[in-house]
Amino acid sequence: MKFLPLVLANLGRHKRRTILTITSVALALFLFASLQTVVTTIASASKFGSARRLVATNATGIVFTLPIAYANRLQAVKGVEGVTWANWFGGRYGDGRRFFATFAIEPKSYLDLYPEMVVPAEQKEAFIRERTGALVGKRLMEVFGWKLGQNVTLQGTIFPGDWTFTIRGVYTPTNPAIGDDAFMFHHDYMEERLNRPGIAGWYILRIERPDAAPTIAKTIDDQFRNSPYPTKTGTEQAFNASFATMWGNVSLLMGTIGMAVVFAILLVTANAMMMGARERTREVAVLKTIGFGDRTLFGMVMLEAGVIAITGAVLGLGGAKLLYKSTHFNGGGFLPGFDVAPSTLALGSAVTLVLMLASGLVPAVRAARLPVVSALRQVG
Amino acid sequence: MKIPFVYNARSVFQRPASTAFTAVGIALVVAVFIGMLALANGFRAALARTGSDENALVLRRGADSELSSGIDRATANLIGSSPHVAIGADGHPLVSPEVYVLVPLVRLGDDSTSIGNVVVRGISAKAWDVRANVRVTEGQKPVSGRAEICLGEKIVGRYPNTAIGGKIRFAGRNWDVVCHFSAGGSAFESEIWGENEQFMPVFRGEAFQSISFRLKDPKAFEEAKRALESDKRVQVDVHRESTFYVQQSKLLGDILQFLAVVITSIMAIGAIFGAVNTMYAAVAGRTPEIAVLLTLGFHPRSVLASFLLESAIIAAIGGVIGCLLALPVNGFVASTTNWSSFSEIAFNFRVTPGLLLAGMIFAVLMGVLGGFFPARRASRLPVVQALR
Amino acid sequence: MALVEIRDVYKSFQRDTQRIDVFSGITLDVDAGAFLALMGPSGSGKSTLLNLIAGLDRPTKGEVRVAGSVVSAMSPGELASWRARHIGFVFQQFNLLPVLTAYQNVELPLLLTRLSKREREERVKLALGVVGLDDRMSHYPRQLSGGQEQRVSIARAIVADPTVILLDEPTGQLDGKSSQEVLALLRRLNTEFKKTIVIVTHDAHAAEQATTVLHLEKGDLIRGSAVPSLRASESAGLGVAR
Repeated sequence: MKFLPLVLANLGRHKRRTILTITSVALALFLFASLQTVVTTIASASKFGSARRLVATNATGIVFTLPIAYANRLQAVKGVEGVTWANWFGGRYGDGRRFFATFAIEPKSYLDLYPEMVVPAEQKEAFIRERTGALVGKRLMEVFGWKLGQNVTLQGTIFPGDWTFTIRGVYTPTNPAIGDDAFMFHHDYMEERLNRPGIAGWYILRIERPDAAPTIAKTIDDQFRNSPYPTKTGTEQAFNASFATMWGNVSLLMGTIGMAVVFAILLVTANAMMMGARERTREVAVLKTIGFGDRTLFGMVMLEAGVIAITGAVLGLGGAKLLYKSTHFNGGGFLPGFDVAPSTLALGSAVTLVLMLASGLVPAVRAARLPVVSALRQVG
Repeated sequence: MKIPFVYNARSVFQRPASTAFTAVGIALVVAVFIGMLALANGFRAALARTGSDENALVLRRGADSELSSGIDRATANLIGSSPHVAIGADGHPLVSPEVYVLVPLVRLGDDSTSIGNVVVRGISAKAWDVRANVRVTEGQKPVSGRAEICLGEKIVGRYPNTAIGGKIRFAGRNWDVVCHFSAGGSAFESEIWGENEQFMPVFRGEAFQSISFRLKDPKAFEEAKRALESDKRVQVDVHRESTFYVQQSKLLGDILQFLAVVITSIMAIGAIFGAVNTMYAAVAGRTPEIAVLLTLGFHPRSVLASFLLESAIIAAIGGVIGCLLALPVNGFVASTTNWSSFSEIAFNFRVTPGLLLAGMIFAVLMGVLGGFFPARRASRLPVVQALR
Repeated sequence: MALVEIRDVYKSFQRDTQRIDVFSGITLDVDAGAFLALMGPSGSGKSTLLNLIAGLDRPTKGEVRVAGSVVSAMSPGELASWRARHIGFVFQQFNLLPVLTAYQNVELPLLLTRLSKREREERVKLALGVVGLDDRMSHYPRQLSGGQEQRVSIARAIVADPTVILLDEPTGQLDGKSSQEVLALLRRLNTEFKKTIVIVTHDAHAAEQATTVLHLEKGDLIRGSAVPSLRASESAGLGVAR
């Protein structure tokens, strides 16, 4: 370590090259971390789900609804503690460019089943009490600049017309996988306006014991199998997992590009290191004449490679982590909880290590093995 | 430029390792560039080809996709008898009221949770005529009254039981696969088609989602639009089919394009830095040669151009390698969900000659940018100092 | 009028904070057809003088004229073209571009002219013939001996028929035999082809081949052996220029 100043001085001699190389490494690792985080975010969204919650949808497809009447029958199933439901509303605000989820929910039971959605007590009361009230995610409030108590009008795409609500509550999710930019309102308000029998897009059930999930699911599905509205029930996690597969090949694509990126910077850095090696011959000879040993020189070259690689890694990986965390990036709502995971940082560090070895090894070995006499001939 | 081309060409190969590393770095950037744009291209092309300029698509007023729309029979009949609808060879109007739903199908493979929400479209017999680019490639069209379906080419091979004679189960019933169809690479190829009357009772009951018809006079679209939208008996929006589908591709298409630009820009910076390093080293190592050239009387401008050219040569080599790396991806089928319509769409990566050319230009640009400052240094070499 | 006229030239370099004076008022004439050898210890300014004549460097004060043109007053762009036409320069080493053949190296100066390919070919072959290496045209520098490399360099220096040929320690890296070959060639160029040659050298043998030898010591010219082709200016004087 006492040789660090010497190594740093050497790097300082070719400031431009050093800075360029470090920047390349940083950029590449930043990109790598970003791409990898897309993969991990999709993966973790697919794993999210409480073990005690089941989701029941229309077996024909998620675009089909279930009757409200099912609520009581589901509640009656053995092992089921609580039942709630929600409906996809498909609302738009303003010019419609900012997409967000709109649900019509059964307020009391929904909030009951989703303790992860934290709402201040008075707001919760106000929302449940008022039929035209709305519960809005914290981020969505910021995006549109809404205030508590404000009247907001949405355009219905599935249920046409203007729908006006009063914002009575703001929720903050404790788990990032639950989006913080949804808009929720009263189910019976929708029913009233549509003047139609109640429908539920999907039901969410809370069960007493997680290991009873498969049995309960089967019981429910068997019950409605031959009705006009058959159900498909599964754990919340299974539901989210299949949702995540809708992304298709995207994960694979991101991963592949990530690899290409890593490979590309490996080349750039290795190239830069080898350039340094050629110029180094003279100094190595002189150092050896003074009495520096082969091992020491090997270490110094590796250290040089290490300084470049590690500095770039800290800037790139650290930069990515900081950027996404501080801006609360969530891919326009499609990638909730976008945060550079520890596994990504670990992977990035491994890449850095490989980079250091790959770019430093050949010059380091050369320096160690350099026969002093022939090198000195070049000096004189 | 007076300095002979062979000087630079051969000098490039004098330092094979350095040249190779830089070239491959550029190659990777070009490959990713072409690959990602091929993906965006493929997606956009699939959707652009879906709609025709000569057709109109009718949805319920305010609906932003076929999925959220609902049209009753009465409306469908009214639209069908409109004078703006073209009449087919058999004397019947070229109009197809259609059912549009999504059904979950488990994809082919080991993962049972891998589900695609596939578009199932209930068509009228006239649909095959309304949509000029659709062709049955295998088997026979579904017969009216039967639980028969026709699969778009992109469905075949990605889901189980898609061969002719196979049975696919959805909505609690088995459906016989009786044909496959192609649709010019458009989004329709990711759909399952069957008779609308067969699907209605099984899905949403007595409602269509959309009506597609051939315009009697494609140039008079605005007129047709106005006429139908102001008709008090119906509540509809009329879109030109081509415009509508292009609109549907906007969200995902923009995202893919944005990603392509951002990712390749960042990679490009790294590659350019690589070129900068390489060229500076080249200049430093050839100081005596540069001194000779300047002494001989070659203008500093010529020296600058010469080294820029050398950088461009290395970059061009990288560009070619990058194109070769990206080519195999052409025709690859990618599938994802078009979030605008919530439906799964499968499409081909589309590598066009234009894209390859763009890749080459991009490569040379990177090389020139990277080589500029080193080349300038070469041209400004103080000969006297170099000779000392 | 002499071919090369150096008039009261001062030249100093700035090295960090120190100013180093190489010349303080030097004057020299070189007539057409002369073969001048400049000798002297390291740091005496021999190479600098050569560079001033070639327009590679500019005097701090004073004037340098070659064939009537005031070289010391030309812009860098003008100098490049001027040099291509009037100067043939041979360095001590690294003259040839390693990636080009002997032929291509010799052809280089001609690429700056408007000659056709055929005309260029004629002259290149002629030049290589003069130096006795027309059988090595397609060889690369690494395939040539040191002496042969220098002879190819000389061929390149004469191929465009320049006004004056300047050589900076051309035999410095060569063994005895090769040195002799090169010097004999220079002698021939001067006597047979009437080329004006200025050579900077340590080599006493080289000095023997020249018609005039001048010694430079700390920026001052000291006469070696006087010959009619060299005119001296009595007043500003050789050897006493301060």
